[in-house]
Amino acid sequence: MGRKLLFDKAHIENIRYYDVYRANGGYGSAEKALKSMTPDQVLDEVKKSGLRGRGGAGFPTGMKWSFIAKPEGVPRYLVCNADESEPGTFKDRYLMEFIPHLLIEGLLISSYTLGANTCYIYIRGEYAWIPDILEEAIADAKKNGWLGKNIMGSGFDLEIYVQRGAGAYICGEETALIESLEGKRGNPRIKPPFPAVKGLYDCPTVVNNVETLATVVPILRIGGEEYAKYGTGKSTGTKLISACGNINKPGVYEIEMNISVEEFIYSDEYCGGIANGKRLKACIPGGSSVPILPANLLLKTAKGEPRMMTYESLADGGFATGTMLGSGGFIVLDEDQCIVKNTLTFARFYHHESCGQCSPCREGTGWMERVLKNIENGKGKMSDIDLLWDIQRKIEGNTICPLGDAAAWPVAAAIRHFRDEFEWHVLHPEEAQKRNFGLAHYADPLEIAAPAAV
Amino acid sequence: MAEEQKLFKVKIDGITVEVAPGTTILNAARQIGGDIVPPAMCYYSKLQGSGGKCRTCLVKVSKGSEADPRPMPKLVASCRTTVMDGMEVANITSPEVLEARKGVVEFLLLNHPLDCPVCDQAGECHLQDLGYEHGAEATRYEFKRRTFDKVDLGDKIQLHMTRCILCYRCVFTADQVAGNREHGVLGRGEHAEISTYLSKNLSSPFIGNVIDVCPVGALTDKTFRFKNRVWFLKPVNAHRDCDNPKCCGKTVLWMRGDEVFRVTARKDKYGEVEDFICDTCRFDKKEAKDWVIEGPRKIERQSVISANHYVGVNKPKDTLVEVLDGRQPKLLMDIHSISQVNRPNIDLSQIEGPAHSDDFNK
Amino acid sequence: MFSEEKLNKVKEIIARYPQGRQKSALIPVLHLAQGEFGGWLSTETMDYVASLLQIKPIEVYEVATFYSMFNLQPVGKHVFEVCQTGPCMLRGSDNIIDYIKKKLDIGVGETTKDGLFTLKAVECLGACGYAPMMQLGKHYKEHLTPEKVDAIIEECRANAN
Repeated sequence: MGRKLLFDKAHIENIRYYDVYRANGGYGSAEKALKSMTPDQVLDEVKKSGLRGRGGAGFPTGMKWSFIAKPEGVPRYLVCNADESEPGTFKDRYLMEFIPHLLIEGLLISSYTLGANTCYIYIRGEYAWIPDILEEAIADAKKNGWLGKNIMGSGFDLEIYVQRGAGAYICGEETALIESLEGKRGNPRIKPPFPAVKGLYDCPTVVNNVETLATVVPILRIGGEEYAKYGTGKSTGTKLISACGNINKPGVYEIEMNISVEEFIYSDEYCGGIANGKRLKACIPGGSSVPILPANLLLKTAKGEPRMMTYESLADGGFATGTMLGSGGFIVLDEDQCIVKNTLTFARFYHHESCGQCSPCREGTGWMERVLKNIENGKGKMSDIDLLWDIQRKIEGNTICPLGDAAAWPVAAAIRHFRDEFEWHVLHPEEAQKRNFGLAHYADPLEIAAPAAV
Repeated sequence: MAEEQKLFKVKIDGITVEVAPGTTILNAARQIGGDIVPPAMCYYSKLQGSGGKCRTCLVKVSKGSEADPRPMPKLVASCRTTVMDGMEVANITSPEVLEARKGVVEFLLLNHPLDCPVCDQAGECHLQDLGYEHGAEATRYEFKRRTFDKVDLGDKIQLHMTRCILCYRCVFTADQVAGNREHGVLGRGEHAEISTYLSKNLSSPFIGNVIDVCPVGALTDKTFRFKNRVWFLKPVNAHRDCDNPKCCGKTVLWMRGDEVFRVTARKDKYGEVEDFICDTCRFDKKEAKDWVIEGPRKIERQSVISANHYVGVNKPKDTLVEVLDGRQPKLLMDIHSISQVNRPNIDLSQIEGPAHSDDFNK
Repeated sequence: MFSEEKLNKVKEIIARYPQGRQKSALIPVLHLAQGEFGGWLSTETMDYVASLLQIKPIEVYEVATFYSMFNLQPVGKHVFEVCQTGPCMLRGSDNIIDYIKKKLDIGVGETTKDGLFTLKAVECLGACGYAPMMQLGKHYKEHLTPEKVDAIIEECRANAN
């Protein structure tokens, strides 16, 4: 069994309620921080832990916190990003539903560290039943003296509020989230200024993912240095992976970042292998926006080394032969799945979720969807594949926020690694309506699947 | 006495300029002027918060600053990125920038109707200029274009949403210049549109300025619609003593003969108005006698308006006599009555239809 | 018009934000209003919300049209929002949508004649591990099969009577 830090007590019945959580050592980290540590000491522990943002970008959390501006007399805010919307990702939902106090405790320690007296949890609107769970947990924490004025006699005050979104993927982008929290359209802001200087209500603000903030609790419990001993290299600690697609055991798993991708997919402790005795064709290991990899490149890097479930190993080879750990939305495709159709659903998703503010994303995402739809429906031309490549290239890096990149990457990677499947769709339009391209050579030993130069 | 502000040195396409801290790359480039100024479709220096959306002004920062010389990883919107001391920027000298800009132009034109022949903005349209200077000759888009119905925003302003490029300038104008904003951007993504939601009339006394800030023909002046082509009109500077204390009363009249076809604010060479004007000046003062005319207005944009401009044109001297050593050129005589060049006995006015060489060989 | 109780709820929501930032309450109050006034937001409802929060009506329209959870047209009593994005597609969401279409004799985006059901195909709802799935009101219905869909429809019909 892999070591657990977040889910170590998840199996305990009723752990979602305050009494059970507290009886099992809950709020111990908060107590330690408030009673025996200064905010700077907590920050030091977080820095030492090597914790990286769990929302997708993987930015070092300690560093992000140290950027927050501290002008005299201006309030600071902590905003918890619970707008989990990246297709394939559903880990934060699990955490909030089943161990809400872990998040509340994390928010308390983080707010204390940042000197924020108000904290908002911005949760996606579709998770309509979770605010009730969180609000109940907040009320219980408050009743027991963990929120409100002068918490545990430390002189520190904190209020936590839950804010529901209303259906917009883009609000997972931190500045769009802030706009939405201010009661506006979720249009991302143009950076700089960054939220650490000018965020919510123009005040210094830190926006962190649910998992990131919850992880602060075990870090304080065992200490930053001890935490850093978990995992591999710069991928310290554990990571929640939400596994889905054609596997035997979809669900949320906490992994220590030292296991291989192969172990994660095939061991009974995690995904339990490919469903229905099928073979693995491809995988998107970090949420829909990260590059898709064919089976052979997924299990081994281009250098022939086993690929590990770490930030570095998954990114090994750059976009040519690698991908990203992203948000940990692990989507597995079996041999019966069509890459073109899968890519089309993601293109449709990003088209649907584009805020429409900047032109490359507003116009380009819809264009890609339409071209892909043609190819999928047997109306594609060979030149469409190059056209798609060119459209994604002109979106990537040229937009206000990363949604443009998120829309471009899946299309680019699908063409990069599965170009012959696209070509087959174009050349055999009628056959492609009846059957799928199948596994083809995508699981063959590596030398065959050298990256196509497109 | 305040200390003298230290200026930042910034190099754009190899040309160095010194600007005050806080200046954007775009404005630094405008201080240099000429070809190296990035095009801007959404940025408007008089509107707070504008810019960053259209992505036409993307540039490459090849050196961040003297202190931190690392280049910026992505192209940046020059209208919203401030300069640092020692920054080096590539605009037209960067193939990457030109390629990206070409892409942006294609995106902007993807759903644009290209109805320039019937569009009032033609001849002073920034998207026309942009397409001409930075775009490709054809689109690769093979799908149905997005269309919207035309909407009247009151009896003076027409909204032609199909042409809109969502620069948000009119929204900022309504907020910051007109006050009492009644329209905004509704819908999301590709379906985003400028609208009042309820087809309301816009009613602020300064709302007409949305027409001037619109870079395309999405918002046009209904009192001028289809009356004339801008390049057939003569723009003149004029002013009047406007009662509205917020209105500068300084305008451009677009005239033909003595007739005033339309009134606009005065725009600089980047197409930005110098001072906003009120709707009374814009819509209700359509006679030359309402105005004190100062003289011809130079339109500095590279449009056809400037192509046949009369400013600076010298009246031709009657030089022919000099050139011909005093000989009177016969060509200038009434060619329809007598042709001495050909056969004096042939009366051209008697020939039916166009004259032919055969007519002179009879 | 909100009841006394709901008005208190609005006040409570506004109190979460600093003075003068009551616009932050817009999305929560719109949720409240949509739940209260027939499952959709009419112009009157939005104007009412604007007056409650002392903001301009256009600011409400801008927001209401941006977020996909706000209905600007009346919808059926039960809205089936079936996810169709990648992970759900891999597990057969297309078949579920087809099954519901046939069963209720409506297309995607349509409402049954009795006004009971509306079918929507939506994008990722964050339940990829429990696919195929749909949102029904406040809750998720996961691991859908035709039999499960039948049971859900029956349950909705029973509740309607």
